[in-house]
Amino acid sequence: MVMEQTDLAGGKSLEAEADATSAPKISAKGVSVFYGDKKAIDDVSINVHTEHVTAFIGPSGCGKSTFLRTLNRMNDTIPSARVEGTIELDGEDIYHSGMDVVQLRARVGMVFQKPNPFPKSIYENIAYGPRIHGLAQGKNELDQIVERSLHRAGLWEEVKDRLEDSGTALSGGQQQRLCIARAIAVDPEVILMDEPCSALDPIATAKIEELIDELRGRYAIVIVTHSMQQAARVSQRTAFFHLGNLVEYGHTSDIFTNPREKKTQDYITGRYG
Amino acid sequence: MAEHTVKAFDEDITRLRGLIAELGGLAELAIQQSLEAIVTGDEELAREVVERDPKMDALEAEVDAMAVRMLALRAPMADDLREIIAALKIAGVVERIGDYAKNIAKRTGRIEGRARFEPLTLLPAMGEVAAEMVHDVLTAYAARDPIVAREVIERDAKVDAFYDSIFRNLVSHMVENPATISSAAQLLFVARNIERIGDHATNVAEMVHFAALGSYPTDVER
Repeated sequence: MVMEQTDLAGGKSLEAEADATSAPKISAKGVSVFYGDKKAIDDVSINVHTEHVTAFIGPSGCGKSTFLRTLNRMNDTIPSARVEGTIELDGEDIYHSGMDVVQLRARVGMVFQKPNPFPKSIYENIAYGPRIHGLAQGKNELDQIVERSLHRAGLWEEVKDRLEDSGTALSGGQQQRLCIARAIAVDPEVILMDEPCSALDPIATAKIEELIDELRGRYAIVIVTHSMQQAARVSQRTAFFHLGNLVEYGHTSDIFTNPREKKTQDYITGRYG
Repeated sequence: MAEHTVKAFDEDITRLRGLIAELGGLAELAIQQSLEAIVTGDEELAREVVERDPKMDALEAEVDAMAVRMLALRAPMADDLREIIAALKIAGVVERIGDYAKNIAKRTGRIEGRARFEPLTLLPAMGEVAAEMVHDVLTAYAARDPIVAREVIERDAKVDAFYDSIFRNLVSHMVENPATISSAAQLLFVARNIERIGDHATNVAEMVHFAALGSYPTDVER
């Protein structure tokens, strides 16, 4: 069957677009990850841009979280984990032997599924990172960083009069925004989010999603989510993982209205397995 | 197509498609009977067509309600989303086709001196092409077949050609027999309604194509 078709997104593939956009923030090429003998990720190549929020979706065990964790070498903490291929941050190989992993994780921040504030004051939660990385000259500047970070995380108005209260006294949604503020405080370039809303109610979830949209363009954001509605709402690019493979990567609007791959279609329409 | 993990979703889709099929069947019958009524002057048959129209309106409303409910409760994606959007639009268009048939039927009693009108011999042929388009596009819908849908779209040119021919024919008839202008004008509206039915069958075909492939057919003039 030969017929012309109009694509829903105007027919532009990511490859065709690549020339028009700026250089990728993160560029992964031929990445495979092993846990002992088991291959968890198989030959994944993907570019992540600051202009877009990138969502990773896929069934449990598909490797999306594993892959996310390779982007700031969180897998280093698992002794049996081994990474092949290259991952570049602004063209620099992050698995290079000279790479300072502490510095790397300041540049590539992470927010986890369960909010994990330090058992310290709200102020200290934010100030800790900038202080150990020497980002502030004196108390005044540190105060400014704390305020700016809380502003950007949309939490300032709610906590400005209680900065000395414990971070763990906040509600779940507030704690998660505190963790995002903490990630922002060290002025990262990339923020990785691993199911940041799965422990939150719909209102708190909406606030995080609004926040993600506001932070887009300032930081490259990669979000792993089990909620396809959430991926559809917050991201501009979506990658579908299945059994350690990157099955399809494209415009979010294409993936959810007219995916190219049957596996993607079966998964997002609830026909999987 | 593979089944959904949630079986009730498949049942909903089957029911939605069933409603469209029922609506389409009524539309086909209405076209066929309204044309027969206009040609033979059978006012009883015309009344039947008019009286059956509310049934089509009710079916369309049922499709609407069901589609909205499915969008809200199931948050469909990809081909499921396209299927439901297509059903929503197709139901509206098919109901409109029924309205045109009703409009044709209503003119049955307003035409005098049937034997004098040559276009009356052309109208059934034109109606047949349009009715076949409606029939075939509903078959394409049932089979999710974009090739048949495209073929239906191509046939619309035939209906348009009929309309032009009947239009010219009726206008010259009016010039020559001013006394029959009132009846001739009625027939002109009938031809116009059939022409619109062809256009609407084309719209349905485009939605069938969209539901199946996620794209509209492009190189056919719409």
